[in-house]
Amino acid sequence: MSLVDHAVRFDGVTKGFDGRRVLDHVSFDVPRGQACCVMGRSGTGKSVTLKLLLGLLKPDEGRIYVNDVQIEALDSAGLVEVRKTIGFLFQYSALFDSLSVGENVAFPLRRHTHMSEAEIAECVRERLAAVGLEAELERMPLDLSGGMRKRVGLARAFALQPSILLVDEPSSGLDPITTREIDNLLTDLKTAGKTTMVVVTHDVASARRIGDKLVILHEGHIIAQGTAQELDQNRNDVVQQFMESDTEVQNAIQR
Amino acid sequence: MHVVPAPRPARLRPVHFDTAYFRFGRHSPRIMASSSNFPGNLLGTFLSEAGSIGAFGLRAIRVAFQSPFELREVVRQIYMIGWRSLPLVVTSGMAIGVVLSMHTRATMERFGAEALIPAALSIALIAETGPLMTGLLVSGRVGAGIGAELGGMRVTEQIDALESLAVDSFHYLAVTRIVACMIAMPILTTAMNFSGLVGGFLAETTVSNVSLRLYFHQAFAGIGFVEFVAPTLKTVVFGFIIGTISSCLGYTTTGGSEGIGRASTRSVVLSSMGLIVVNVLLVRMIFLIFPGGAM
Repeated sequence: MSLVDHAVRFDGVTKGFDGRRVLDHVSFDVPRGQACCVMGRSGTGKSVTLKLLLGLLKPDEGRIYVNDVQIEALDSAGLVEVRKTIGFLFQYSALFDSLSVGENVAFPLRRHTHMSEAEIAECVRERLAAVGLEAELERMPLDLSGGMRKRVGLARAFALQPSILLVDEPSSGLDPITTREIDNLLTDLKTAGKTTMVVVTHDVASARRIGDKLVILHEGHIIAQGTAQELDQNRNDVVQQFMESDTEVQNAIQR
Repeated sequence: MHVVPAPRPARLRPVHFDTAYFRFGRHSPRIMASSSNFPGNLLGTFLSEAGSIGAFGLRAIRVAFQSPFELREVVRQIYMIGWRSLPLVVTSGMAIGVVLSMHTRATMERFGAEALIPAALSIALIAETGPLMTGLLVSGRVGAGIGAELGGMRVTEQIDALESLAVDSFHYLAVTRIVACMIAMPILTTAMNFSGLVGGFLAETTVSNVSLRLYFHQAFAGIGFVEFVAPTLKTVVFGFIIGTISSCLGYTTTGGSEGIGRASTRSVVLSSMGLIVVNVLLVRMIFLIFPGGAM
């Protein structure tokens, strides 16, 4: 089977901690340039999925392909090369708090490119302008709000213009307006940069906005995957509860 | 023949070394009651901990010689660890010099040997007091700092963020700090020794008319190359111990803010203990290598 069209592919991946299987023979793929939202209740292995993709964790069984490279078999030097093609937006941004906003975004550019300081400064301004934070260049991460930190994290994750962007809970701790702004930024990046995204979220409304494909994890297994419309038609109770949760919120707001 | 069955060895529990040894408070009854083999448990935990730290140190030595060498970060850490510790070390050194000088004078006066005060002070400082005091001060200031900083980075996923940016976090964070500690320690020790001698001179000038030139001439009269270099170079090992223990505990932190606090405290306790114990071995080694010259 050709893997050319898939930027990311999980093939029968199993991962456990302390004897408990968090992921049990999980298989899914993400076509290049599309966004896949992985959803599920807390503790169902969503974030583990991202850490496996980045090679921060090794699967107990199965194979993981990133840009057609089987990553669980790579040594640390090989992983470094793969990671240069991946951006990661962490749940709480994980900005380096000893560096300013500008230095955070410049960090991967200084490490992995041969750009001059002037070129790096220009690139940092561009990346920050893309997330609307050009004026915050000199501020320290601890002085920023949660939404601003998330946007700086996005600018840093996208600094090297990776072909794949991994996003962990983009709406976590944010108000609905900021959540929508972050979702719009992600959608813009996907459309403009043709970036493949794997977004872990429990926010169905976000998933509907960002995702071309939705995957629902439950008790270590994938119980449904497809477009939002396909999942709306799914008869599985857990899937229905998930997909209807944002409708219930909307109805409650309207009442 | 009646055979008494051997007591079943208690299962090793993950009791933290400092919790068991140094916080005999509310924890101790639980720990004591949890096992009938309390000392055995502690020994097992200690050996396990020492093994982990030893493996961390060996990995650091291996990785230190691999590219990229992270020189910019090493220099930054020398500034953070060395330069920023200098006021503490110099101030403490002067105070120690004053106190040592007063004690030495009180003893020497009885024998009418006041002229030997500078030499006695310099021997005491350079051979042992300077290196050990510098080690303890640095393990307090820097050990706690590294433990808390790396622990905080681990808990807030900043270490994972480094890895996600294709950076070897072990090399970038741990190895650079260990190397910086090893470079900074002899320099700080020399500063401690010198400021101690200056403190001693200041104390002497209040009770005698000794000139600065004469004082330092007498102080260095008995100090040869070996007497200075051997004790100063042993602080490179102190730096390795402080850097390795505090980096290991910070880098492997788990358990949120409580974990950060624990990593910080344990960094100070274990690195202080480590360098005091290793100092005994190093002094013995120096005496073996330089039987006539070492102090």
